[in-house]
Amino acid sequence: MTTAGDVFRLNLPQVLEESPSGSPELHVLAVDDSHVDRKVIERLLKISSCKVTVVDSGTRALQYLGLDGEKNSIGFDSVKVNLIMTDYSMPGMTGYELLKKIKQESSIFREIPVVIMSSENILTRIDRCLEEGAEEFLLKPVKLSDVKRVTDFIMKGERKEREKKSHKRRRSDDYSSSPIASPLLKSHPCDSSSPSALSLKKSKL
Amino acid sequence: MDRNQSRRQIAAMKQSLFDQGYLDEQFIQLEELQDDANPNFVEEIVTLYYRDSSRLISNIEQAIREKNPLDFNKLDNIMHQFKGSSSSIGAKKVKAESTLFREYCRAGNGEGCIKSFQQLKKEHALLRKKLEAYFQMARQAGPLETACGPK
Repeated sequence: MTTAGDVFRLNLPQVLEESPSGSPELHVLAVDDSHVDRKVIERLLKISSCKVTVVDSGTRALQYLGLDGEKNSIGFDSVKVNLIMTDYSMPGMTGYELLKKIKQESSIFREIPVVIMSSENILTRIDRCLEEGAEEFLLKPVKLSDVKRVTDFIMKGERKEREKKSHKRRRSDDYSSSPIASPLLKSHPCDSSSPSALSLKKSKL
Repeated sequence: MDRNQSRRQIAAMKQSLFDQGYLDEQFIQLEELQDDANPNFVEEIVTLYYRDSSRLISNIEQAIREKNPLDFNKLDNIMHQFKGSSSSIGAKKVKAESTLFREYCRAGNGEGCIKSFQQLKKEHALLRKKLEAYFQMARQAGPLETACGPK
């Protein structure tokens, strides 16, 4: 689904950075108050070829993103994060509260996918998180297969965005009207079946 | 003792830790995250765990000593953290004791809490000894393949 906003999505927080080897890698922000769990998730993400930043609270996560209300430069030179993985139960700000804060943002930051991790398999909790816009709900202890699955999915989404953008730029000469009207995007191969976020979310239920 | 012999001993030690229920699948998951660049990852995690979990045990001890009647909510919260990290390293028996403790908290059963806490501390200390012995042997023998996990 294309919207008018898409044409402005150039220098987003989600733009993929390049690893030293040149291949694009996701930058994941992991949030957990447990030191053990921080070390584990960091290792899981590094093995999944991600750049990782780990913080120990929701407050620090917001600070890192520049969303804590402090006088900060937001926009083109802000930190680039492609995915947030947060523990649910944390003192102070819970993962759920962090999720809400991010999704309530009027800026592009609300587009960053958020994954909740929890040791407790509580259906109402899972539902609440998904309703609030969580990409997925993972049960702890989180496995490497979980992390790989999530990062693969996010990476595919990022690639699609990049291909859409470069496609739009090529066609922008031909179409002087709004990109919403572009019929080519409908039949673009990248728009064909991909696991919908909904089916991915439901896989844990 | 030759290398193969000590490797067999280590594998047997690990297998028995699984067979006797001290460790679960999560421990194997952690071992699979080790590589040549991170050969001591599991030992580092376990060391971190014992540092953090010992502090939580002290907090519970203090809470039990100081408050009469017991603040079950506070105890449950501390144990929630403790259970979480125990689960993250695959400490099966310790995790089971934490669950029991939390059940007693929720039932407001002070005696049950204290009894299960004593048992928990025992399991916690016992696992520490066993893992220390295991890591020491592993370090001496060099890298080895993982043993079969629990069935």
